[in-house]
Amino acid sequence: MSAVVKLSNVHKSFGTNKVLDGVSFEVGRGEVAAVIGQSGSGKSTALRCINALETIDGGTIDVCGHAVHDAKLDRRSLRRDVGIVFQSYNLFPHLTAEQNIMLAPSCVKKVSKSEARDLAHDVLRRVGLAEKAGHFPEQLSGGQQQRVAIARSLAMQPKLMLFDEVTSALDPQLTGEVLKVMEDLARGGMTMILVTHEMAFARKVASQVVYMHKGKVWETGPGSMLDSPKTAELADFVGSGL
Amino acid sequence: MPSFSLVHLEFLGWAAMWTLGLSAIAFIGGGLVGFAVALMRISSVHWVRYAAIAYIQVVQGTPLLILLFLIYFGIAIVGFQEVPAIIAAGIGLTIYSSGFLAEIWRGCLQSVPKTQWEAAECLALTPWQRMTRVILPQAMRIATPPTVGFLVQIVKNTSLASVVGFVELAQAGKLINNSIFEPFTVFMVVAAIYFAICFPLSTWSRRLERKLNVSRR
Repeated sequence: MSAVVKLSNVHKSFGTNKVLDGVSFEVGRGEVAAVIGQSGSGKSTALRCINALETIDGGTIDVCGHAVHDAKLDRRSLRRDVGIVFQSYNLFPHLTAEQNIMLAPSCVKKVSKSEARDLAHDVLRRVGLAEKAGHFPEQLSGGQQQRVAIARSLAMQPKLMLFDEVTSALDPQLTGEVLKVMEDLARGGMTMILVTHEMAFARKVASQVVYMHKGKVWETGPGSMLDSPKTAELADFVGSGL
Repeated sequence: MPSFSLVHLEFLGWAAMWTLGLSAIAFIGGGLVGFAVALMRISSVHWVRYAAIAYIQVVQGTPLLILLFLIYFGIAIVGFQEVPAIIAAGIGLTIYSSGFLAEIWRGCLQSVPKTQWEAAECLALTPWQRMTRVILPQAMRIATPPTVGFLVQIVKNTSLASVVGFVELAQAGKLINNSIFEPFTVFMVVAAIYFAICFPLSTWSRRLERKLNVSRR
């Protein structure tokens, strides 16, 4: 299986604070990788580096054939291949759900307005919100906003999707509806990397779990590794999560 | 000696048109320059940003009166004798308003959350698309009330254009007073006209602020 994402010995500091200290992992096509760890372990930063939202100080990151560490990286072409969903949804408040989704296909891929609208309705249906096309973000619940944000990313037909703690701002019920959409995506063969605190979801859906601690990949393995941690830190982390 | 009459009022009305015209020049010119400076002010390129900061500081730190003198005599020194007053006043007020509008709009652009810029960037939009489709529509809502409020300042400050010989409302008042010497009457009328122009603007600004705040929640 060819690697869609490959991080090798990635280093990143914010000032004197070392956030990523030699991070390496690989994610193959169709794989779902769950990155877990305490707050401040560097997992969100690692995810943001994959999408070039942060520049790295050392190491290499290859994503869908793009050398992300390269200073000459074409960020726009990288981002046509990589979708990202944020914890705070970040929908555009002045646009309806449908317009939020249509924006990138019509601006970036230059598809016609009617095609973009069809596309928007198609992805909205996939996240179960076909009837909310004309609603503005503020008229939607948090879970619905997050599903629209996922649909917005999907509309660009990315090869890889990143999820940055997308359910952390939601109550359990809304979390459930968002996770269900993500599970459907995973089943559909989407390559996904998610930073998450949802251990049960990671165990169930992830083909690979990456446990980060103090800016390093501490332990990595299949979802079942959460049941039999090899390191004391992961045991501690999983234990405290129960 | 003749006293204040309809003829004088007519003259003031004509001069008020010039006040409005000069305000429009200052707002449009200052808006164009100010917007460019606001964009430079948030640029990621150091020297561009510092150039914008320097421009804003110099303009805001110079009295408009001095600015007008500098332009009026400066243009003459560069070799254009006989500068029409409206050009000197127009340029001076354009520079003045651009310095303030740049800073007002810079604040509005930056008050659009950073996450919105990121989200637009992550959808592969070009910087231009990001600005016109995502950031500006949001920033303009925030910018409208303070911009309309600043319009009032522009209208009032056009009165300084009289120093370079431009006949607008204040200068017209001075001319009338020179001939009939009824300062209180004349300047009361002048003040009333300024108020009649500015009051609707500031009311509009307040109303916009209320309206936009409500819909933003």
